[in-house]
Amino acid sequence: MTFIYPVDSNKAHPLPLSPEYKSSIKRAPNKPLIPMRHTLSELTGPVYGHETVREGDSDLTTQHSGEPIGERIIVHGHVRDEDGRGVPNSLVEIWQANACGRYVHVRDQHPAPLDPNFTGAGRTVSDASGYYRFVTIKPGAYPWGNHHNAWRPAHIHLSVFGHSFVTRLVTQMYFPNDPLFPFDPIFNSVPDEKARARMVSSFDLENTKPEWALCYRFDIVLRGKNATPMENH
Amino acid sequence: MQESVKPDGITPSQTVGPFFKYGLTPTGEYAWNDAFTNSTLTPDVTGDCIRIEGRVFDGDGVAVPDCMLEIWQPDGQGRFADPQDKRALPNASFRGFARCGTDKDGNYAFDTIKPGVVPDPDGKPQAPHILLAVFGRGMLRHLYTRIYFSDEAGNAADPVLALVPADRRATLTAVREGGKAVYRLDLHLQGDDETVFFEV
Repeated sequence: MTFIYPVDSNKAHPLPLSPEYKSSIKRAPNKPLIPMRHTLSELTGPVYGHETVREGDSDLTTQHSGEPIGERIIVHGHVRDEDGRGVPNSLVEIWQANACGRYVHVRDQHPAPLDPNFTGAGRTVSDASGYYRFVTIKPGAYPWGNHHNAWRPAHIHLSVFGHSFVTRLVTQMYFPNDPLFPFDPIFNSVPDEKARARMVSSFDLENTKPEWALCYRFDIVLRGKNATPMENH
Repeated sequence: MQESVKPDGITPSQTVGPFFKYGLTPTGEYAWNDAFTNSTLTPDVTGDCIRIEGRVFDGDGVAVPDCMLEIWQPDGQGRFADPQDKRALPNASFRGFARCGTDKDGNYAFDTIKPGVVPDPDGKPQAPHILLAVFGRGMLRHLYTRIYFSDEAGNAADPVLALVPADRRATLTAVREGGKAVYRLDLHLQGDDETVFFEV
């Protein structure tokens, strides 16, 4: 079966069932996914541009009357496809916990303070070269109920569209050298070590703004049409 | 700017988690605006306006209150709002994409138009269908399925439905309720009635 976007690229993803991550046990399909050829339905995808994004939506530190508490950071990079080409005009949405590791979501009951000046949501559209940039606050680690003494490494959730409905990606960006990596079943649900490394941003001194904010680079790689299967690398 | 280099693979998927609502589907409950709604309808789109609704269940048959569903579809004449579809699209504001979070009882609903016929790679007609992506806590990678319609004669010859064992095709078929333009389709992430998901 020929896929326009090689399906082997998907081997980088976690398997649906990852028993260490308890919530996956009753929500992962038991039956195998059925492979199917890509038709026009799969090869096209939503096109959104600047009408979806308001000015300032990419700066999470200026959405309220005051400045949020925490470490101001710049997160930037390129949306690329697997062939190395920039993916222009791609909507990038982010959401995250505040500096204390607390989400504004009503069901987050972690006893850490909410920040009235931080919602934690942003969006932008990649430019003609695929470049995107956010200004935000470094999120805190937080505990969760998966197992005894479970803590999520600090992360920013990202949602990206790309060229077609099959390039759609929702992922999490992590920060370099987090001591919680070995203990996190969500991070470790990705079986390949090199693939896990692609979820970790790198510290970017060159683009760090003196006297203002540290910078992290995170390139987001979506499926490409001419991708070489992973085994051949 | 960093030079373009060929990456060694894609960025892996991670779960959307339990707390996406304020960022992706705030629907007026948080200090953030919605990029998308659960409707694709625009004033310039023509065709049959329909509602598709249902519930999402886990492997124990328990309603899933924290799923996000996204649909992607052509207009009533089978044309996608994407320049990669070279056919003319007269309804300039139609986008064909919508997003909906499930409520506390696992309910979802989309307002849209009945999609037209789209050819398969061999040029044969596919029965009218909508692509559906399912995201949720506990789902490390989103799942793809399709929504077909119970009142379409073309289902019998559809090349994708033909890949699916006959006794599982009902999991892809939204059933028209009475005389109303409402179709119902429940999703089962796991179990005896497990929805058919595709590797695409």
